[in-house]
Amino acid sequence: MKESIFDKKWFAIVVFIIAITALWYAAALWMNGNQLVKTYERKNQEWTYSTIIAEAYQVKRPMLPPPHQVFAQWYKTVFDTKVTSKRSLVYHTMVTLQSTMLGFVLGTVLGVAIAIGIVHNRTMEMSFMPWVIASQTIPILAIAPIIVVVLGAINLTGVVPKAIISMYLSFFPVTIGMVKGLRSSDRMHLELMQTYNASNSQTFWMLRWYSAQPFLFASLKVAIAAALVGAIVAELPTGAQGGLGSRLLSGSYYGQTVQIWAALFMAALLGLSLVTVVSLFEKILLRRRGVSV
Amino acid sequence: MYAVENSTVAEESVSPQSPSSNKRVMIDVKDLSLVFQTNDGPVNALSDINLKIGEGDFVSFIGPSGCGKTTLLRVIADLEKQTAGSISVNGTTPEDARLNRLYGYVFQAAALLPWRTIKKNCAVPLEISGHSQAHQNKQIDKYLRMVGLQDFHEKYPWQLSGGMQQRASIARALCIEPDLLLMDEPFGALDEITRDHMNVELLKIWDETKKTVVFVTHSISEAVMLSTHIVVMSPRPGRITKVIESPLPRMKDLALRDTEAFHALAAEIRAALAEEHAID
Repeated sequence: MKESIFDKKWFAIVVFIIAITALWYAAALWMNGNQLVKTYERKNQEWTYSTIIAEAYQVKRPMLPPPHQVFAQWYKTVFDTKVTSKRSLVYHTMVTLQSTMLGFVLGTVLGVAIAIGIVHNRTMEMSFMPWVIASQTIPILAIAPIIVVVLGAINLTGVVPKAIISMYLSFFPVTIGMVKGLRSSDRMHLELMQTYNASNSQTFWMLRWYSAQPFLFASLKVAIAAALVGAIVAELPTGAQGGLGSRLLSGSYYGQTVQIWAALFMAALLGLSLVTVVSLFEKILLRRRGVSV
Repeated sequence: MYAVENSTVAEESVSPQSPSSNKRVMIDVKDLSLVFQTNDGPVNALSDINLKIGEGDFVSFIGPSGCGKTTLLRVIADLEKQTAGSISVNGTTPEDARLNRLYGYVFQAAALLPWRTIKKNCAVPLEISGHSQAHQNKQIDKYLRMVGLQDFHEKYPWQLSGGMQQRASIARALCIEPDLLLMDEPFGALDEITRDHMNVELLKIWDETKKTVVFVTHSISEAVMLSTHIVVMSPRPGRITKVIESPLPRMKDLALRDTEAFHALAAEIRAALAEEHAID
């Protein structure tokens, strides 16, 4: 049978992108157009549909900026602005990336440590697990300013408070995944270790740690995305001078919707890249242990 | 060879295989019972087991599923605890024997760690007992050669066939030179041709290493082919119905399977199994 164009993978991707873009343009016309009509009517000026359509896509502070405006702003602040400048989106991205990575590493270490404790100690499971779950039911937006203020009182400012908030969000998926993963060892393998009289730590390093890895990587993908959200949220209420969060905040102060959308686009791109990097690590590691991927 | 009326006789029938009574008793099971508490009520997995296994013997447990043959092996290996009676292994409790690293256990599946190469898999028990790297290499070399896997050191388990994986798991069990080799239907998942081959290999290894082997199987010809003693078991409750001492030589080859003596022994086992089924 001849392969049709509809079977191609790229075809689906292209169609999807076109559909999203078309929908976006339609929504931009509707939202910005309504605003323009209201303005004309308030000023008692004449308007035609053709002028509205033309203007809706180049409003300076649109309700919903169309894709080309967002992309132009993104391109300008990424490629046509010096990286050291405060107007550079690359600069802000690096600021956010810094606390994201620090928070992610701290969160992973904390998450794994709690999981190990829970798996090896029944008391710890009963006493600790409710707190772990409760910690995630508190809205991060509510607790983020408190963390910043408390840490500021002991002279911890800058990247640390933001990283702590990232950690707060990212340890949870790691703990949940690792508890499951560390318990996922094959029963036969566990009995094998038992017949050889392996100690807990030997069983951990020879068996449990490895059987947990697929779970760990699944968790890490969630955790790194959560760490990014944490970093951005941490930049919102703290009046931070840099970071994608501060770009969002200043954009909303001054009604710079295009700036907000460009920062959002950048955040999405960053999140996507971070998850891809984790997946790449996963693949390399699995290949090294000889499992065909 | 004689039929056994009760388990006390069964106990005696195993050990006097060799004319000299100075052979050490490796495993001594006395009035052992094991009851599992399940949601559907208690299950008598093992009932009044009496058995002596001498050092260097190759003893097979045979019986239909549910007869407790695997459970009995697991009690010996300290993977299950009896609820009544006693068992001693090498003069101590199974737990102490396990703590002294007396056991090599081969499971129904190869149970190799997929993230380790064949060589590193064999190293697991050696690493656990803290042997030096040089000693590890020496042992692994020796036993991988013995099971014919000397050219597969660096392969991962998934790169090997099922039979090769099982051989690797036997090499792993042998590497620490355990006094006791416990095997739970190790060749059950293999095709008959591979199984025949593995039986011959196992006999050679057993003859070379002089280990005591306890072997669980549901294949009559396998039991005849390998064992010095065959323990026939029956279910509900799991119990020993007959212990047969093999009149065949210790070392057997595949040609022996066409002899009269081989068939006679197989027929005796089959009769013992059928007898119990009639009672069931």
